[in-house]
This record gives sequence, C-alpha cells and structure tokens, in this order.
Amino acid sequence: MKYAFSFLAVIALILIAWLGSQIPGMPYLFGVALPYLALMIFLGGSVYRVVQWAKSPVPFPIQTTCGQGKSLDFIKQNKLEAPSTNAEVVARMFLEIVTFRSLFRNTKSEIYDGPHITYESSKWLWVFALIFHYSFLSIVVRHMRLFLDPVPAWIGWWEFIDGIFEVGAPTWYMSDVGLVAGCLLLFGRRLITRHVRYISLMNDYFPLVLIFAVAVSGILMRFFLRTDIDIVNIKQLTVGLVSLSPTIGAQIGPIFYIHVFLVCVLLAYFPFSKLMHFAGVFLSPTRNLKNNSRAVRHENPWNPRILPHSYAGYEDEFREFMVDAGIPVEKELSPAKDE
Amino acid sequence: MYNKGTIIPGLIIFVLLITFPLWFNAFSTASTVPKVELPPGGQKECVKPAAEMRANHMVLLNEWRDDVLRNGNRATVTAGGKEYRKGLQTACMACHTNKEKFCDSCHVYTSVTPFCWDCHLTPSVAAAKKETN
Repeated sequence: MKYAFSFLAVIALILIAWLGSQIPGMPYLFGVALPYLALMIFLGGSVYRVVQWAKSPVPFPIQTTCGQGKSLDFIKQNKLEAPSTNAEVVARMFLEIVTFRSLFRNTKSEIYDGPHITYESSKWLWVFALIFHYSFLSIVVRHMRLFLDPVPAWIGWWEFIDGIFEVGAPTWYMSDVGLVAGCLLLFGRRLITRHVRYISLMNDYFPLVLIFAVAVSGILMRFFLRTDIDIVNIKQLTVGLVSLSPTIGAQIGPIFYIHVFLVCVLLAYFPFSKLMHFAGVFLSPTRNLKNNSRAVRHENPWNPRILPHSYAGYEDEFREFMVDAGIPVEKELSPAKDE
Repeated sequence: MYNKGTIIPGLIIFVLLITFPLWFNAFSTASTVPKVELPPGGQKECVKPAAEMRANHMVLLNEWRDDVLRNGNRATVTAGGKEYRKGLQTACMACHTNKEKFCDSCHVYTSVTPFCWDCHLTPSVAAAKKETN
C-alpha cells in the first residue's frame, strides 16, 4: 500500500505537468515560475534545516569508534576508525562521504533453528548506494551543459567518459542506466528484505519512485519522445533561467515539462525529507567528532551555573534552623544572638 | 548556534555551489542562440521534414551508418526529386556543405560531440586532401 501510494502520487504529478503544460500560457508556470520557486525552497529550506541542526547542542563526544582509540604509545591506534585529531576526522569524513564506509559495514541478521542468531556481512546496500549516488552525481554534472554558456571543456570530457561505450545515437550514458538500476535495486531491497520492508515508510518509497520517474522521463525525452524536443530551444530556456531572463522560444514537448516539474517537486521536497542526508552526513556527530573523551573534558553546554557550596557555608546559611531542629552543628550559634 | 566557524562557511559553499551556473554565466560572454545555415545551393527539401530532421537526424545517421557499413547496403535516398547515395558525405553534405555553420553551430552551443568526424571529412577538407595527393 505504501509503495502503491508513492506510485499514485508520482503518476498524479506527471498528469498535472502533462495536462497543465498544454494550457496556453502555462508553459511559463512549469518552465519558469516553478523552477525558480522550487530552487528557492530547496536553498532556503536546506539552509534552515542546517541552522536548526547547528542550534542543537552536542554535549558529549558520541562518535562511534570501530577500532583502537589513541592510548599508550606502544598500542597502535586505528586512526580512521577512532580519530583523535582534526586531520584524522577529516580523512574519516571524506571516506564516509565519498565511499560510504559505514554502509560497507552493514550486516544481516538471521535466526536459525536452535534458536541461534547469526550476523553476516551484507554489502548489497553499499553497492546499490554507490551505483545510485555516483550515477546521480554524473547526471547532475552532465546537465550543466544546458545551464552553462559557453560549456567548459571538462563537461565535454565528463560526457565522453560517461558515454564511452558509444551505443546508439544519441549516445547512451552509463549513468542513465546506473540511476534507473540504482532506483530499482534500492526499491527492490525495500520490498524483498523482510526487516527493511517492515520499517519502510511512505517517505522511503516516495523519493525513490520520484527519482525513478525523473530518470525515466529524462531518458524518454532524450531517446524516444523527440517531438518538439529541440535542444537549442531548451538550452535557450535553461540558460535564460540562470541568467535571470528566461524566454520560451518555440513550443516544447510535454515530456520536457513533465521532467522539469518532477525535478521541481524533488527539489522542493528535499528540505522536508530524508533526502536532507546530503547535508546531514556532514553534521552527524557520530562521525565528525574526535575520539578524545579521555584527553579532553567535555562540558554539557546547557548545564546550569552551580557555584560550589561547602558544608561550612551551608551551616552558616541554615544554622538557626538546624539548632531549632536539634541537628548537631560544628559551630554553635553566637551567644550575642541568644539574648 | 554552535560551531559557527564551520557551519557558516559550509553553508556559503553550499549556496555558491548550487548557484554556480548563475555566477558562471554572469562572468562569461554569452553566445547567441545558433541558427543553422540553410543549404547554400538553395535546395529546399531534405530526406525528411525539417522538424523530424531537427529532432531525429542522429538516429537516421546512425541507421545509415549501420546499413552502409555493416549491411553493405548503400541504397539511394531521394530528396527534392534528386537521388543521393546514402551517406553523410555523399548525401547530407552534398547540400549542407558547410560543417561549421550547419553542424557545429548547434553542437558547440549544446556541447554535443558526435563521432561522425572521427572518420568522415567535411567537403572543404576532402577537397584539400585531393589537391595534396
């Protein structure tokens, strides 16, 4: 049901863009107004989320260590798994962001007769995530040819390597296949793995279906539904968008507006969803803190200010009441007060 | 806000990165939207209607390439009542003689690098080669 609803939502979005863009005058809404709005929501929302995160104190060093921390000189420290300096943390974060090391450690637990439980390394999530994210990156970089004018040479090199198999014309890209495959694999993983299926929610399925629809609409536009898809005309619009003077020259086919609308929805959805992990990965305290809980004293920033209160001071404050109550005191009440 | 020293530079980098096309285009000279040069010889009809050629010429060329090179079938195609032997140099460039003004104008603008010219020669280059030989 959860995934059926995701599909329905995406189909509804496609219909909105398809039918909506056919109404005269509406191309400007779908091609100009919504992209600007979506980008502003994306930028503003992401910055807001990060600022909110930065406002939450992280009182303790809660890094997850997976190796020997810094100790005595003759004990070898695992510098990547239990970093104790900033440089080591940077190295750990870099590898986490670039190679998803924490997914590499994913395990699968199973119960056998006995009953006994086993834990087994399960690298599928790591592999699927690598395929998905790098394909996505490559596609975003390649799309820069539509926004940059003149196109820098390195984008041409990037395209050349991505399409190095030179299959068909226009050339098939590895990243196109990778993104579609990545979506299908990650979606399939949520369906097939029992445990993951149990904890998967609508907001896990929806972004996958949405990104899948973005990829498929892009592929359809590039290879199959070519009516009124004139790249020069489209680039005129996209360059216009980023130089703040957008114009829609000739008519553009509905598949273009579907593609753009889905991307707009994706951008606007980003700050409110799990997709914020693109910024969250930088702010995860289990990764970005130093493992120095013994070397450095960490104080909780929201601790109230409590001054030391000695027993002598305590007795000074409450001596009368203590004497009244018959509690022994170290220093008797001064005789002057007795009179 | 905690860790201002890293959060704020990080956010600035993020915003600059996302708005990169904006800065790039603001600081570079924009090219004019290309218009293809119609055949200098004045031919009016192509092998298929202009709109279809605009959208799908690469598919057609790829099919021709397979037909001619792999199936050995260099049949003739008709355009405007005139027959041409199938092929980029023999058919297309018989009318569209200027690669720079016809092919390259759009391809450069949109960063499309077709592999036609790995093997093929433009009419002007072909003529120059003939002279040197």
